[in-house]
Amino acid sequence: MSEDIIRRDPRAEWIARNRLHPLHDSMQSAAAEVRGPSGLIRRNPHAVGFIGPNGIKRIDRMNGNGLASLGGRRSASGAKEVVLPLHKVDNPDYYIAVVPDMVGGRLSGHDRDVLGQAHKLIREIGGAGAVMAVVFGEYREEAFDKAGVDRLLHLDGDEYEGYSPERRVAALAQVEKEFAPRHWLLPDSVAAGFELGCRLGARIGERPATQAWQVDAQQSICRGAGGTLDITRETPRLVLLAEECAEPIDETRHEVLPVALEGAVEARVQIADCGQVAVDPNAIPLGEAEFILSAGNGVKDWDQFHQAAELLGATEGASRVAVDDGYMPRFRQVGATGTWVTARVYVAVGISGAIQHLQGIGQCDKVIAINTDVGCDMVKRAALSVIADSGDVLQELIRLAKAYRQGEIEHAA
Amino acid sequence: MQPDKKFPDLRIKALISVGKHPGSGRARRAETDARAVEMGLKLAPKGLEVLHAGNPEEDSLRAYAGMGLQKLRIIAQGDNADAVPALSQYLRGETPDIVLTGVRAESGESSGMVPYLLGEALGWPVVTRLAEIVAIENGQAEVLQALPRGQRRSLKVPLPFVASVDMAAEAPRQSAFGPASRAELAAVNAQAEVTDAVKAGWSEAPARKRPKRLKVVKAKTAADRFKAATAKSSGDGGKVLRDQPATEMAQAVFDLLLEEGVIR
Repeated sequence: MSEDIIRRDPRAEWIARNRLHPLHDSMQSAAAEVRGPSGLIRRNPHAVGFIGPNGIKRIDRMNGNGLASLGGRRSASGAKEVVLPLHKVDNPDYYIAVVPDMVGGRLSGHDRDVLGQAHKLIREIGGAGAVMAVVFGEYREEAFDKAGVDRLLHLDGDEYEGYSPERRVAALAQVEKEFAPRHWLLPDSVAAGFELGCRLGARIGERPATQAWQVDAQQSICRGAGGTLDITRETPRLVLLAEECAEPIDETRHEVLPVALEGAVEARVQIADCGQVAVDPNAIPLGEAEFILSAGNGVKDWDQFHQAAELLGATEGASRVAVDDGYMPRFRQVGATGTWVTARVYVAVGISGAIQHLQGIGQCDKVIAINTDVGCDMVKRAALSVIADSGDVLQELIRLAKAYRQGEIEHAA
Repeated sequence: MQPDKKFPDLRIKALISVGKHPGSGRARRAETDARAVEMGLKLAPKGLEVLHAGNPEEDSLRAYAGMGLQKLRIIAQGDNADAVPALSQYLRGETPDIVLTGVRAESGESSGMVPYLLGEALGWPVVTRLAEIVAIENGQAEVLQALPRGQRRSLKVPLPFVASVDMAAEAPRQSAFGPASRAELAAVNAQAEVTDAVKAGWSEAPARKRPKRLKVVKAKTAADRFKAATAKSSGDGGKVLRDQPATEMAQAVFDLLLEEGVIR
């Protein structure tokens, strides 16, 4: 009978309750869960959690996952990047060659989709296949590994700079001879992929599947007849892929081992590139302009703004306020009610960034904000923000552009 | 600008195809092919021959003739025949200076391969996405190529060449019904009719709507998912310049513009 009597020690309980007592720590039972005398699990709710920095008990209900966000700003700066697992192909049985567009020297979203499609094909075919990217000229891309490039064939040299389709196709034909890739995948894009793919198809005698949007190892579905027809056909060796054909790679890193061509590339070059022609930037439709200088409420000197746009060679845009106030025509308005722009570089002068405007520039790569207010939404969106009066900065930009043009003329002379 | 751009002794072939209206699906003149004909008419109205390989009874081809042509040359062959061998055979015998085509057909496979295959078969250079032929001197043509985003590139290419004409080229003139119905569809039989056997194995269906890409949130916990669904898109902290002289800050902006290559 005597073991059934529960003996309590009121003093020990009192010490355990009193956090300020000097013996408190020794009286604390450490485990939150103990097996009681009858075999049941006893949970001690007071032992759960820990004492936070302010002396208040904190309970982590995210089991350690939310630690970074719990720490708030201090730990956010120390948040380390997740290292993705490395995908290795040591001795590839076969290659799948991808020729990305590399618009502006970087992989475009379309290029990443095509690389994702290449890995999808390798998964379906099986065996040790490697994705080889063939890149011409100089590039500025740093994340080939995260885009899914196992092997990188970089063809550098002056002869591949600019518009050089004949040399590029000759190089690709040499790749075909040396590596004999199982498939050739190119983006079916206006930028370069469509032209290069067609030239390659004509050169190596492969009939390409164009505008393919659903491709597996056996069958591919292509858009034909100007996008009104779906053609289901056997997947050929050469496939020109439409946008969003597959999911891009995002869970693995890849090796990006360099490979090189052994033989020399011989091309009969007949087309001479005389460079791009200066086009009136304001004649380009706003929706497809590459470089936009956009003005908002913060611009006071409009003559100066127009001068800056002309000297920088930028297409003019405007926020709704500038249009409503009559400083700019309606067709120059950028945003939800105006034009949705796709510019590569967008300079917002004195625009605070209403949500409608930010929607309109959603597809822009690099946004530069010139504004007096640090806290505005445009500064949060921008890659580079200048906190100053727009007039002063535009003045300096005009001076720099003039000096640059002057230097160019002297350089040419 | 217009009058001095005639080259009377230039021989141009413009290749035309049967177009398809994207809405109604009715046969029409194809947009880029019509631009090719327009370019040929502007350059050498006398030396232009408009060429089609296919059904000689096709009435929608008359829409091209309505642009002011007396005659259309048609290489008669069956519906399933490959156009490229017939065309290259014909062009080899004719030795034109310029062959103009559209970029992509509006019906059939519309792979856009015809100019490239012709160029490869004839051994001529292929110029793509022509916007304008600026000058032709000493057997060299100076042309403007249409680039995305409204840009133009200047190219020099020796005659003869094959060129595809972009939508950026001058819009085609209106087609008149009277001249169109009076024009002659002069058919010749194809010397080498090659049936497109590969195409027989394909199945065709009206275009399905493509599924929209979903935004997949790869979050481990409910709190992360909640944050992904509700959080405002905050840029990952761009560079902010402040309290510096305007000269330095403008220099930083200008350097970025130069680096991006938008200042030419």
